[in-house]
Parts: sequence; C-alpha cells; structure tokens
Amino acid sequence: MTAFQALLVRDMRLAFRAGGGASLAAAFFALVSTLVPFGVGADLVLLGRIAGGVLWVSAALAALLSLDRLFQADFEDGSLDVLSLSPLNLEWAATAKILAHWLTTGLPLVVLSPVLGLLLNLPAPGYLALVGSLIIGTPALSGVGAIGAALTLSIRRGGLILALIVLPLITPALIFGAGAVTDALDGTGRGAFLFLAAFSVAAVALSPFAAAAGVRLNLGG
Amino acid sequence: MITFLANPKRFLDFSNAIAPWVCALAVVLLGTGFYWALLATPPDYQQGQSVKIMFVHVPAAYMGIMIYGVMAGASLVGLVFRHPLADVAAKSAAPLGAAFTALALLTGSLWGRPMWGTYWQWGDARLVSELILLFIYLGYIALWNAIDDPARAAKAAAILSLVGAADVPIIHFSVDWWNTLHQPASIIRPGGPTIDKSFLMPLFVMMLGYTMLFAWLLLIRMQTEILERRARSLMMAKGA
Repeated sequence: MTAFQALLVRDMRLAFRAGGGASLAAAFFALVSTLVPFGVGADLVLLGRIAGGVLWVSAALAALLSLDRLFQADFEDGSLDVLSLSPLNLEWAATAKILAHWLTTGLPLVVLSPVLGLLLNLPAPGYLALVGSLIIGTPALSGVGAIGAALTLSIRRGGLILALIVLPLITPALIFGAGAVTDALDGTGRGAFLFLAAFSVAAVALSPFAAAAGVRLNLGG
Repeated sequence: MITFLANPKRFLDFSNAIAPWVCALAVVLLGTGFYWALLATPPDYQQGQSVKIMFVHVPAAYMGIMIYGVMAGASLVGLVFRHPLADVAAKSAAPLGAAFTALALLTGSLWGRPMWGTYWQWGDARLVSELILLFIYLGYIALWNAIDDPARAAKAAAILSLVGAADVPIIHFSVDWWNTLHQPASIIRPGGPTIDKSFLMPLFVMMLGYTMLFAWLLLIRMQTEILERRARSLMMAKGA
C-alpha cells in the first residue's frame, strides 16, 4: 500500500470510527432540508421550485461540519508533524485528506439527495441534474474547505472563522449547482452544469497547494 | 524604492514626510468633488437629485475592489519576497477596503429605494458581488485577529487573500450569470448606463479624492501598526 492510500484509509477509518463519519453529515443534511418547509410553508409547487437550491445550501453547510477536524485533530496530537516528515509531500497528503473528506461527507450527501428531493417535491426532470451536480460539485466544497481548514488549524474553536472564510469562496459552486437543477427543470441547456464542472476541476486541482501551504506555515516551516 | 522602504524606520520618516501632503490633496479633491458633484451638476432628467448618490457610491465600489487588489498584491510581495512591510500594508488595507465596500452597499441600497422601489435588488450583479466581497474582507480580518503569532497570521492571511483574488472574478462572473437567469429584464443594462460628460468629470475627481483618502489612511494605519509592533517587542524585552 502506498503512503497515499495508507493516509486515505486511515482518515476514512478515523471518520467512521471516531467522528460519526458519513452518517453525521448525512443526518445534518437531511435535517436542514427538512427544516426548510417549516420555514417557507408546505406549498408543494414552491418547494419543488426551490428544492435544488435548498439541497445545495444544505450540502454546503453539511460539508462544513467535519472540516474543522480535517487537519486540526492531527495538528493537536502531532500526527501532522510526522506526516510532514514522511516521503509523501504535503500536497499529496492534503489531496488524500480532501478525498477522504469527500468520500465520508460529500458522497453520502449525493446518495441521500434523491430521497430529500422527493420530500421537497422536486419534479422528475430535476433528479439527474441534482445527483449529477452534487457528484461534480461537492469535491469543490471539500477542496476549498480544506484550504480554510489548513489556515485555521491552529485556532481553537476555529469553526466559525472557517465558515466565514469558506462560504463566500464557494458561492460559485452554489450558484452553478442550484442553477444546473433549475436548468434541467426549465430545459434551458446545461451551461450551469459545465461551469460547475469547470469550477470544481479548478478548485480540486489548486486547493491541495494552498492547503499544503497553510499546513506548512502552521508547522512553523 | 520598495527595497529602500523595507526598513521600518525609513518608512516612518518617509510616510511622516508625505502624509500631510496626501491628506491635503485628499481634502482638496474631495472638497472640489463634493461641491462639483452635489451643488454644481444639474439633477438627472430621470433620476432627479437621487443621481447624486452615485458620486458617493461609484467611487466607494471602485475602492472596494481596488483595495482588494492592493491587499492581494501586498500579500504576494510578502509571501514571495518576505518584504517586512508588505504584511503590514495588507493588514492595514483590509478594514479600509471593508469600510469602502460597506459604504458602497449602503449608498447603493439608499439609491435603490427611490429608483427600484426596494432597498435591495438581487438583480444587480455588481451590488451582490460587492456583498460577497464584504464577507471575504470580514473573513480575512477575522483570520488576522484569531491567530496570535503575527508572523503566522500574516502568512495565513496572505494565502487567504490570494485564494480570494483567484476566486473573486469567478464569483462576480457566477453572480452575473445567475443574475441573467433570474432577472431577464434588469433595470441596469450590462454595459451600464451612458454617462453625460457633466457627470463624468466630477465623478472622476471624486474617485481620485477617494484614492488619496485611502492612501492617507493606509499610511497612518501602517505607521500605527509599526509603532504597535515596536511597543509590543519593547514590552516583551522588558518582561524577559
């Protein structure tokens, strides 16, 4: 097993055994989406119209949940120092952590989203776009989130600052993700989906470098 | 020039020498601009006197973006060349940028009330982008304040501002795209309304005045920051 795989497996194991892992983020995602009808009323037509946007906002919030532990736990117990000395460079380590975060947070949201779409009365043409946009878009949330997590890893109770840093930066994912669902409902092409894919590719490709730089400065290197 | 000013002592001397002149220039430009814009220009044939909010709003919006550029540039210089004053400049610029952005939002919504009939118009992509820019400024300032070690805080904030610099154009584009989706018939035309020359000149003077005001405030804030750091290191030396 390569160092990359070992780190990936370790992080996922930790997420499942210690952090509540996949179920916690998914439960949060479901709960936020369930609260929305209480806020806006039980008008099924309206709910169907806003379902894509609601699920995307909930997904962005759910992705934030476990981010503050992404590097912080390893920083506090010293594993991050060991990691920085291993042959695996920090950029790859950050990539492994982003991937592990996506597999334990993003992927469960994707799996759960059609059920929540049903609850929110999302019309039939929207499901493929909803699942597709979440598969393509949630890695961007993990990637940009990892930058925030790396920059705030030395801050105690940095969760709020993390949210303040990350949420404005992921606005494009939210806009294009929700836009992809609306596009599918209105039959107005797939421009939003393509823009979302472009944003996601750029975010996933570039964020490991920024995250690694953030980790490095906090290790005093 | 930039290397020359890397020495904080030299920077203090230099900024002490030019600060009064920059301040005087700002006062003259803003005084002229305000008189010209508010009293000497005719009211707009459509917007009436409300158009004069634009003379406060447009330069503020421009400053919000310009200062982000200054901040990101200073951050880059700080990260790459380890210039000792670049971090100070970036840190000092952020609250000014946030203040100008907030002013732009405030005046924008005050202008929107008589023009659109509502204080906030999600259909105006520029205003919505400015709001997100304000949040990015706030996140940047919060990050600076949350990390105790100044050297670490400077690096973390610099990385954040560079990530933001890459993201802000994308955010503006995405908001623009979203705006055409939701508001097909916006009041604001994509190219912006054409401006008569009698409005353009005072607007230009106001922009210059704002820029000078920013330059003056930045100098003062940088001086304060340098003195504060010096005071802190003196205290620590005394305590040790």
